[in-house]
Amino acid sequence: MSFQPTFDASEIEDLLNGKRGGEHPSLMSVLEEVQARYRYLPQDALILISESMGVPLSQTYGVATFYNAFSLKPKGRHVINVCTGTACMVRGAKKVLERISDRLGIQPGETTEDGQFTLETVNCLGACALGPVVVADGAYSGEVTGAKANALLSKVMAEAKTV
Amino acid sequence: MGLRDQLAIPRDVIATVKNPEHRWMAVCRGTGCSSSASAEVRQALCDELDARGLSDEVEIRRTGCFGFCEAGPIVVVHPEETFYTHVTPGDAEAIIEEHVVGGKPVEGLLYRDIATDTAVERWHEIGFYGKQQRILLSNCGIIDPENIGHYLAFDGYSALEKVLTEMTAEEVIEEVIDSGLRGRGGAGFPAGLKWRFARQTQSWPKYVICNADEGDPGAFMDRSVLEGDPHSVVEGMIIAGYAIGAQDGYIYCRAEYPLAIRRLEIALEQARELGVLGENILGSGFSFDIIVKEGAGAFVCGEETALMASIQGERGQPWPRPPYPAVAGLWGQPSNVNNVKSYAYTPRIIIKGADWFKSVGTEESPGTAVFALTGMVNCTGLIEVAMGITLREIIYEVGGGIPMGREFKAVQTGGPLGGCLPKEHLDTPVDFDSLVAAGSVMGSGGMIVADETTCMVEFAQYFMQFVCDESCGKCPPCRIGSTRMLEVLQRITDGEGEEGDLDEIRRIARGMEQGSLCALGQLAPAPVMSTLLHFEDEYKAHIEEGCCPAGSCRALITYEIDPDLCTGCMLCARKCPSEAISGEKREPHVIDTDLCERCGLCKEVCRFDAIVVN
Ligand SMILES: Cc1cc2nc3c(=O)[nH]c(=O)nc-3n(C[C@H](O)[C@H](O)[C@H](O)COP(=O)(O)O)c2cc1C
Ligand code: FES
Repeated sequence: MSFQPTFDASEIEDLLNGKRGGEHPSLMSVLEEVQARYRYLPQDALILISESMGVPLSQTYGVATFYNAFSLKPKGRHVINVCTGTACMVRGAKKVLERISDRLGIQPGETTEDGQFTLETVNCLGACALGPVVVADGAYSGEVTGAKANALLSKVMAEAKTV
Repeated sequence: MGLRDQLAIPRDVIATVKNPEHRWMAVCRGTGCSSSASAEVRQALCDELDARGLSDEVEIRRTGCFGFCEAGPIVVVHPEETFYTHVTPGDAEAIIEEHVVGGKPVEGLLYRDIATDTAVERWHEIGFYGKQQRILLSNCGIIDPENIGHYLAFDGYSALEKVLTEMTAEEVIEEVIDSGLRGRGGAGFPAGLKWRFARQTQSWPKYVICNADEGDPGAFMDRSVLEGDPHSVVEGMIIAGYAIGAQDGYIYCRAEYPLAIRRLEIALEQARELGVLGENILGSGFSFDIIVKEGAGAFVCGEETALMASIQGERGQPWPRPPYPAVAGLWGQPSNVNNVKSYAYTPRIIIKGADWFKSVGTEESPGTAVFALTGMVNCTGLIEVAMGITLREIIYEVGGGIPMGREFKAVQTGGPLGGCLPKEHLDTPVDFDSLVAAGSVMGSGGMIVADETTCMVEFAQYFMQFVCDESCGKCPPCRIGSTRMLEVLQRITDGEGEEGDLDEIRRIARGMEQGSLCALGQLAPAPVMSTLLHFEDEYKAHIEEGCCPAGSCRALITYEIDPDLCTGCMLCARKCPSEAISGEKREPHVIDTDLCERCGLCKEVCRFDAIVVN
């Protein structure tokens, strides 16, 4: 997974220009594209979008903070996602999450200070039969235990060092 | 001559699909099996066939979910219907060589019955399928969802043809009302009645909306239908459009389901090409088209008014009802919102008739129920059972019981707005009304089994945390109530519960139930209240005795080593992240409780069961 590109105002302008002229220029679809590009919504981007779409910044902020798919903070280089859906929970996802959180020293939703790791949780990935499920940089691992999570982390951390 | 005779129907595809002797293999490409490498399995099978020059003789078909996700990746060899489980790419050679060429099933890959430990050869002989009745999922695992020809081979779009040529809109509604079909999104409102209200509102345009938000954590029924048989949902929506007089449809699908969205887009494209969707469908003069909208991850958007706000590009906050969507919905216009499964049943009801549908299930809840059976059961997966079956039959016969010889504790249905039932209620029949009478709800199909290791207070806290995160914040009873309730639950699981906490929980629950704007806040206390009703002792143990009977709450447990069982293998000492375990080789070890962070790693790795939780 590549690291997010840095914010570039002209890119956002291009994006907005491409959007105009469509029937319902929807705020959400613009935000979705910015999120996909930078993996978060930079503050300057929100201001720019509001100004050029003529939408009050409060409304843009309102939509941006409402949906889980949008993030106002940049993500780390490696994203570790622990499924905390009910099925994974009753199979021990709590222990797995605690283990990873203890080891990285961050709570779910946070990023380590060096910008390397982001710990996230998700509500069901639809692979409940394999639960508890952890997705590290897009790769699924099933039937994760505390010990397996430890090994998985060591692997991701070792890779982080070699980059 | 029927209308469809004028269409460019892929007749050769249909003939092949229908040929009972056709040699083909189904490889599940649902999300579950795909996460466990079914793509590689498919590739390996293709390569093996290629290498033997058999590619033209055996079809490898990507299908939707078979339901038996526990045993994935799954491969079924037809026409014998031999069911292979846990297939790896390395097994491809054996399947082709021994089975396809040699004509003998590969013993080692067959499913083994849990009770008798004998190999079961055919799909329908497996215990998991024995008690099931698959009418909604009949195509899942059989057809290629990306090929409309396969859907047509199983009567696809003939309900639409029948509706457009033989039935008035009012007759369609009559038939659906008569079938007794109740909405499968949770509340169980009669689908036909809803259609009638939308039809009666005199205002145009009108909208048909399919709720595919499926926000319950741990549920994947709707996704499996969309992935395995997308056309059935599309056809159902077109029929609903004809019935209420709408031309536009929306499918609101959560973005976490990329595969379902892709399959839907493909299905819509193929339906347009064939002429069963779009302008002037089948030359009848009726036009209808569908747009897929992606949700951006908010549970409350599954609530119908919030869903419509989200389609309009706003914050997905609910608005008070009335007005109901049938009167003023999307963009203020009459709209009909139904769940994925509700639409998917419709074509089947039109073709086979209301009486057929009523012959399955119970009088008040006709038809089948589709559940994602998950958690601590042997056979996790997607199941379809006739309404009226008992919870016990589902958990012990379909689900094969609780693994590792543990005790059943509770079964949870209805997700974060549902409830759980303890073992005294295992003989409750599963239908909309019986579950409510027992203190739970049907919900949209999540069924999670918990065993003795689940702490019910933590379970309740888990759901309240979910609601707290997902409350849209518009109304204070839900926003503040869920936060306050979570604080109390957190206190209890942290070992700091106080006398009077249980009354406090009940008091907050009343406030939320009575004061919240939408069903999210009104129903959010339900999981907590049902655990309190059935497991009050467990709450009291936390508060009064400072102990967690399930051995789960981190603040209330200690780990110890049983010196009689410990062999001094040193494994736990090496794995312990806080270096809290010490001892000489081949001597019993001890845990320093002050250093121990209670992560449980030692218990996981110990091969002698020597770690005890107190
Ligand atoms: C908070 C909340 C979440 C909901 N989530 C869903 C959902 O994910 N899928 C669904 O079909 N219905 C959901 N519903 C129910 C819908 O509001 C609505 O009743 C349903 O889509 C109607 O379809 P039906 O009549 O076919 O059941 C939810 C309701 C609430 C209050
Ligand atoms: S609950 Fe974790 S994958 Fe479904």
